[in-house]
Amino acid sequence: MIPPIQVSASESRLPVVNLDPAQLEEGSSLWADAWHRLKKNRLALLSFWIVVFMGVFCFVGPFLSPYSYIDQDLMRTLESPSWAHPFGTDDLGRDQLTRLMVGGRVSLGVGIIATVVSLMIGVVFGAVAAYLGGKIDNAMMRFVDVLYALPFTIFVILLMTIFERSILLLFVVIGAVEWLTMARIVRGQVQALRRQEFVEAAISLGLSTRRILLRHIIPNVLGVVVVFATLTVPAVILLESFLSFLGLGVQAPLPSWGSLIKLGSDNIQQFPHLLIVPSFFFSLTLFALNFLGDGLRDALDPKSSRD
Amino acid sequence: MFKFILFRLFQSVVVVFAILTLTFFMVRLTPGGPFSAERRMPAYILERINAYYGLDQPLFKQFGNYLGNLLRGDLGPTFTETRTVNEIIAATFPVSAELGLWALLIALILGLPVGILAAAKRNSVIDYGTMSAAMVGICLPTFVMGPILALIFGVWLRWFNVSGWFTAADRVLPALTLGLVYAAYFARITRGGMLEILNQDFIRTAEAKGVSSRNILLKHALKGGLLPMVSFMGPAIAGIISGSFVVETIFQVPGIGRQFVSAAFDRDYFLVQGTVLVYAILITLANLGVDIIQVMLNPRLRFEDSQ
Amino acid sequence: MLGAVLLLITGCHEGPPGADEGVQQGILLLGNGAEPRTLDPHLATGTVENHVISALMEGLTNYHLTDETLAEPGVAERWKRNEDATEWTFYLRSDARWSNGDPVTARDFVYGFERMLTPALGAEYAEMLHVVKGAAAFHAGEVDDFSAVGVEAIDDHTLRISLVGPNPQFPLMVNHYSWFPVHRPTIEAHGGLLARGGEWTQVDNFVGNGPFVLAEWKPNQFIRIEKSPTYWDREIVRLNGIVFYPAQDENTELRMFQSGRLHYTYSVPTNEIAHLQRRQSEHLHIDPFMGVYFYRVNVTRPPLDDVRVREALACAIDRRLLAERVTQGNEIAASSYVPDMFPDYESPVQLEYDPERARRLLAEAGYLNGKGIPPIEILFNTMDAHRKVAEAIGAMWRETLNIEVRLLNKEWRVYLDDQTNLNFMVSRSGWIADYPDPMSFLDLYTTDNGNNNTGWSNSDYDRAIDRARRALTAEERLQLLEEAEAILMADLPVIPIYWYTRKYLKDPRLKNWFPKPLDNRPYKYIYLEND
Repeated sequence: MIPPIQVSASESRLPVVNLDPAQLEEGSSLWADAWHRLKKNRLALLSFWIVVFMGVFCFVGPFLSPYSYIDQDLMRTLESPSWAHPFGTDDLGRDQLTRLMVGGRVSLGVGIIATVVSLMIGVVFGAVAAYLGGKIDNAMMRFVDVLYALPFTIFVILLMTIFERSILLLFVVIGAVEWLTMARIVRGQVQALRRQEFVEAAISLGLSTRRILLRHIIPNVLGVVVVFATLTVPAVILLESFLSFLGLGVQAPLPSWGSLIKLGSDNIQQFPHLLIVPSFFFSLTLFALNFLGDGLRDALDPKSSRD
Repeated sequence: MFKFILFRLFQSVVVVFAILTLTFFMVRLTPGGPFSAERRMPAYILERINAYYGLDQPLFKQFGNYLGNLLRGDLGPTFTETRTVNEIIAATFPVSAELGLWALLIALILGLPVGILAAAKRNSVIDYGTMSAAMVGICLPTFVMGPILALIFGVWLRWFNVSGWFTAADRVLPALTLGLVYAAYFARITRGGMLEILNQDFIRTAEAKGVSSRNILLKHALKGGLLPMVSFMGPAIAGIISGSFVVETIFQVPGIGRQFVSAAFDRDYFLVQGTVLVYAILITLANLGVDIIQVMLNPRLRFEDSQ
Repeated sequence: MLGAVLLLITGCHEGPPGADEGVQQGILLLGNGAEPRTLDPHLATGTVENHVISALMEGLTNYHLTDETLAEPGVAERWKRNEDATEWTFYLRSDARWSNGDPVTARDFVYGFERMLTPALGAEYAEMLHVVKGAAAFHAGEVDDFSAVGVEAIDDHTLRISLVGPNPQFPLMVNHYSWFPVHRPTIEAHGGLLARGGEWTQVDNFVGNGPFVLAEWKPNQFIRIEKSPTYWDREIVRLNGIVFYPAQDENTELRMFQSGRLHYTYSVPTNEIAHLQRRQSEHLHIDPFMGVYFYRVNVTRPPLDDVRVREALACAIDRRLLAERVTQGNEIAASSYVPDMFPDYESPVQLEYDPERARRLLAEAGYLNGKGIPPIEILFNTMDAHRKVAEAIGAMWRETLNIEVRLLNKEWRVYLDDQTNLNFMVSRSGWIADYPDPMSFLDLYTTDNGNNNTGWSNSDYDRAIDRARRALTAEERLQLLEEAEAILMADLPVIPIYWYTRKYLKDPRLKNWFPKPLDNRPYKYIYLEND
């Protein structure tokens, strides 16, 4: 039901690290290399700026608008774009541009916070499982399997109805579902890492566990996690739109891109601008986030970008 | 190998049982009962109805009864229809399975070649073009894509029926709506997987030896390149079948996805449990199958997993 | 290759005909809103079920073709009442038959009533039969013997029913499906009186006495019925069959109509109305419907326990603007609770939009300019239409009264529970008349009525309703009901918003389909004809 997050083989492959003892002491300059490579990838760079633009547009924009997202004017419903309302008005006469921006706040906010929540839970869970290994690892992963197959709809309905509907709950609920894939990936990564030669080398050189964790394991895991997080945000946003379709998304009158798109798709025949505008922003943002994630992955894995 | 399969099979049974138990209790503890009605009925009538379905007994006793019936193959009655759960699943599951199969076929036929092509012509116009088209497929939710397709091909062009599941032609629009999304995922994953392989040393060796690019692509790279696709198939299959709710609603397809969601909203306990059971078995089997195939293709994994 | 084979196999099914073939073959294609939960008249509770059941079965009286207030003979060809309308005798026609050829007798009706009132069956609408003497006691399990209930089959074709009080409207009530007879041998062959499973309603088992018989039932796809060869009035039935499509998604249904698959839709998406009025006005119909859309107020929850606050909220709603710009279906702004559809009844109070008065009242109640008043929460169930109205009204309250309004959108079941348990402040509600009389709207709010759900109790109101029930003349009854409504509108435990309309698309080739305030139609007179 949830479009599964793409997990490509590279998530379990590691960047090659120099075995020079001096460098092992320092930790890799992974990030500096990565940023440098990222800048050279034009598509990823463009995507980065698009994401930044969206962020500003949605979080700062509403302060610049003369309308609030709930100001309704019943005499001016369903108007086409005009100077007063660059993106037209909706079925209650509310300014679409303002609602688009506020909706973006909600969708992006949900995306980011839910991803952060899933990150926190998933990384800890996966790392612990992989580190402890053996039977505990197995049990923990089976637990993940169980939750994975649990019907998401029921879970969401249950939580949404037991607790009062609030945006915060929405973040938590979605994050609580997405952490599963994150945990799997982190576990896979840490597990593979443990067996890598450079860790053994570090151990044999007498470095403390803490140092190993901080300087070698975590940076490498974080790389994968960052990439995955960038790809989770759009999936979460899509998920929220699906929830809006079911009527379980954010509470009216707060808009989200998903609910705006739904309203638009109900009105395709007469007011296409109600669908085209939010769909365009939605898709553009998702595009940008996905390409940014791709670019980050390419940047962190020197072997995959040969040109 | 045999021991491995047996062990995983046993685990699968445990996982499915755990899911069943969780669902059973969760759905009964959710607020809102199955017989809440707009017109109040006298308390003694509500009591009778609850007694008829055994809902007045203590939860654990109900659970025991349910398990007992389950072992005899009886999944219980529904509250909202005259059919039993068995009958509903028997009627709707094949429909969703067929829809899913068509969607999968479309996804594979469109996605795989496009992905391979994009990987072969990396960073060219073809690559960017197809990946952008794939993005559109991923970013446009099905509840937008579906009505648009229905409008264009059903109402305006009258090539297909806008709803129903009677003639062969009725399969086209729903399968297309569902399949295009997965075609996009398949294209991206295949491209990613192929690129991983194509970047490896042994490919460079083959090139240096003068092997034709076609042979490189099809004989050397394909097997490894398709590996990520294989691991994605598990969740993809399960996701297509029960995630088809939106498509089923828009096109009036009598499938199990719709039953599942409406049962959750209607608090139709036995139907919820029944559909969750189907879903859980499906996912667990799909994952198991995929894991087995992965192990067959890559024996090293077996040891990692059964530690 | 595999694909081609599969295509061949699946392509062998033929669906129901399109609209044009339907006209030629005399097959009516109806959009029916949702999959019927049951076809058992004693367990059904909705209009969706009724649309099918009323084609398959017939009661003592039938729906009239054009006038909802007239009772048309059904199985009963005539009836008479005693002096004070407490006792009714129905004379059944001798040629009424079940679909398997058995004659329909008075005993079948008695059996039907017994089944309906047997507590163990758990029939939800059994309360409709409580007007019969002794029925309530039997239904509550206080009495075991059904012969204590006031229904008697004097002979095969004469049925006498004794009521608890005078009821001149009684023949109009018995065309409701809760009063339908059932075929005893069929019921007993499939689980007996108490079986709720609906086995007897399956295609191979169903025995009904209506103008059509059940031919095919594909759940969530369609229900197909065919003209009955045994129906007593089959000569005038011109349709050969009807296909009911349970299209739950309004937009899907609209597309079906526009692509020539339906003759009639169950509803029209609100957002499409304006567009359809311009482009497809010959298809679009908007008829008044006997129902009221209102906001229930929980009078036990402060600050709503103060009638001035309630009245302020009521006056601050611009109903006309709402009906014109928001709901867009030509709904009628409600000037009172009971819809203005009864010729001899006039609602005593006229509600008006008066923002000045609203602000004054709120100030009088102690909340000058909205200061100090807690946020008002509007509860509604998940549906676009309700959300829009709630958003619009919320904004109106905000702008006129300067108060904070919160919207609570909950799922259907949870919403119902919350309403029943008085776990709300203001709740969106709707009520459609069971029978065409103001009483059907007003008896809800007596103190002990299970559908009150407002916490409001007024003994004057209770008395007025009780006396109205026992009134001997129509005049007296309506007078008392007007008094009752005056009390209701003075106290405002409910805030009426608009009176319903039914919006649907209809193929002009569908004939004898007249607008009815309760949307009940006798299919036997309906036919399809090319112009």
